[in-house]
Amino acid sequence: MATIEVRGLTKQFGDGPPAVDHIDLASEDGEFLVLLGPSGCGKTTLLRMIGGLETPTEGDVLIGGRVVTHLPPRARKIAMVFQSYALYPHMSVYDNIAFPLKAQRLPKEEQRKKVAWAASILGIEQFLNRKPRQLSGGQRQRVALARALVREPNVFLLDEPLSNLDAQRRASARDELQQFQRSIGTTTIYVTHDQVEAMGMGDRIAVIDRGRIRQIGTPKEIYDDPADTFVATFLGTPPMNLVERDGLIFGFRPEHFTPANGSHSDDVVRFQFVVHREEYLGSERLLYGEIGSAKAVARFPATTDVELRIGQPVEYVVARRHLKFFNPRTGERTRD
Amino acid sequence: MSTATGRSETPAIAWSEDADVPEGRYLLDRAGLLGPLMLLPAIIYIIGLVGIPLVLAVLYSFSNATVGDQSINWVGLENFRTVVQNATFRMALKNTILFAFVSQIIVIILANILALVLSAEFRGKRLVRFLVMLPWTTPIALAVLGWFWMLDNVASPIDALMRMLHIIGPDTIFDPKARAPILDIPFGDRNVRWLSKPDLARLAVLTVHVWRTLPLATVILLAGMTAIPQDVKDAAEIDGASYWRQLIYVRLPLLAPIMAVAVLYGIVFTFTDFTVVYVLTRGGPVDSTQVLATWAYFKGIQGSSLAQGAAIALFLLPILVAAAIVMLRLARRSETA
Ligand SMILES: Nc1ncnc2c1ncn2[C@@H]1O[C@H](COP(=O)(O)OP(=O)(O)OP(=O)(O)O)[C@@H](O)[C@H]1O
Ligand SMILES: [Mg+2]
Repeated sequence: MATIEVRGLTKQFGDGPPAVDHIDLASEDGEFLVLLGPSGCGKTTLLRMIGGLETPTEGDVLIGGRVVTHLPPRARKIAMVFQSYALYPHMSVYDNIAFPLKAQRLPKEEQRKKVAWAASILGIEQFLNRKPRQLSGGQRQRVALARALVREPNVFLLDEPLSNLDAQRRASARDELQQFQRSIGTTTIYVTHDQVEAMGMGDRIAVIDRGRIRQIGTPKEIYDDPADTFVATFLGTPPMNLVERDGLIFGFRPEHFTPANGSHSDDVVRFQFVVHREEYLGSERLLYGEIGSAKAVARFPATTDVELRIGQPVEYVVARRHLKFFNPRTGERTRD
Repeated sequence: MSTATGRSETPAIAWSEDADVPEGRYLLDRAGLLGPLMLLPAIIYIIGLVGIPLVLAVLYSFSNATVGDQSINWVGLENFRTVVQNATFRMALKNTILFAFVSQIIVIILANILALVLSAEFRGKRLVRFLVMLPWTTPIALAVLGWFWMLDNVASPIDALMRMLHIIGPDTIFDPKARAPILDIPFGDRNVRWLSKPDLARLAVLTVHVWRTLPLATVILLAGMTAIPQDVKDAAEIDGASYWRQLIYVRLPLLAPIMAVAVLYGIVFTFTDFTVVYVLTRGGPVDSTQVLATWAYFKGIQGSSLAQGAAIALFLLPILVAAAIVMLRLARRSETA
């Protein structure tokens, strides 16, 4: 087991802004750390630098406290699962899984044991003689995981391993993958642009935008205490409402945005909310509308009755403790 | 007046009849019609320029046709018997196979190395790529003339270079008194005279074949290499495989089908080639570099025995048919993979 740390890591492709821009990040031992960010923000590039597949323009990578920046991938004892799975198409599933062991020149008998062990953990014993093209997406993913697992690596690097699965499979794979990581306890860096995956699986989440880390923390911290407007709007469906008022940006989650119902409490801030449209999602209802010129959304459990007056301003409130304030110029949190 | 009404009517007609026009208007959208239509030129070409000559060649080979008298009188296997008994024919058959297979073995090794080098990043890569492609873009007759001069008995620059490096000439390993240990050829302090000695002439033909078919094979392999997904190469790197392990267990196996294509192309090109031998040696010295294509020509056209020429040329057929079958197999497998 080992920790992963990067210091001032930067990657510049040609001209233009760097793909990864002076990132500092340190994992704990055995942690499941998620890198979350929109497409093109530099997640894969960061992961590939940690793995040694990309040379950093600047900065260092440390694995288990040792600087490995100039070591080739094979000297880093890492395992990586690629978005495309990257199975060797001409080899059987068995040979795919055994490949890292062959590279280590492990005796044949030991190879067989380890492959059998990895295959049984992932439930793919019955496919060992097949070629990758004869497997479904989910089965391929498990083969890729088995191939990563047999080496008993220091570190797992996973690049959107679930993005090729359909929604239903993804949910169960998410569950399996997390349990799997917990049981082997290997430090894992998991890249995704899917916030549901990130929230559900990560011990901590690092939110990345344009090559920089905007915030790092537990899913709860990231959701409840976003460090800036980017994080606030990137997480949550629908995202946090942002309304400019008194020279500040007021931010609040749609679930904290409720009708005033004539209450006169001082612990709340009041908004005039004009509803344009309702969305009924079975378990919940979403009201889309505007506060002044800013778009806003309110969310209710489907079980609550809310009076709906489309196009009419209605007084809504947010409890003060649920309000976050952001600097309108920088987008950063200001002390409340 | 009439044009004015015509113009104003045209759109009206087009629009009003639009409902029942589609029949003709979308005729070309029908696969059943468009397919055969687009295949037609190819079919005409194949029948006209491949099929008819092939049938004629087969007919001639069973007849006693000559250049002067092309009427076809059936003589059975007579021509084949005569042809096979000829020592030059056997030499030509041997040479044809030798040139095609040996040159392609060398080509596939060199092409792999070249493609590996050219797929790496280095300065001046575009220039090197251009130079590698050059032999393929030069007209073959012109290129072979160039080689003819390079290997000339008197003016050969290769000899001049060897003389400069003291490989040939007095008091060298190829001194006439020493007698050359290789190829049983006495190099004098004179020139090597590449094209005047059977073994060296064969070596020359082989070299030109390699030189000529290497670019195509290299380009095919380069394309094949770039088609290997980067992720798969990265995975091998991550999995701890050394460069050679990656090459032998991942890259080359993934490249194998493409290599087969490159080799088959090369074999077909060299097997049927006429120009190299014709321009370089005329099959000489004393028929020692004769191949089926040139021998068929010398016998059939210059020797005016059309029937025997056809019989000789038909010996090319089995290998070419085999090559075609393998190619089609490979194509089908890559379709279903
Ligand atoms: N090899 C490369 N050459 C040039 N630019 C690159 C290269 N690889 C990535 N980039 C650029 O770097 C930026 C970050 O790319 P990266 O692949 O890391 O994004 P990502 O966060 O993984 O996105 P996605 O979620 O779509 O996979 C992008 O703007 C991309 O265009
Ligand atoms: Mg990516």
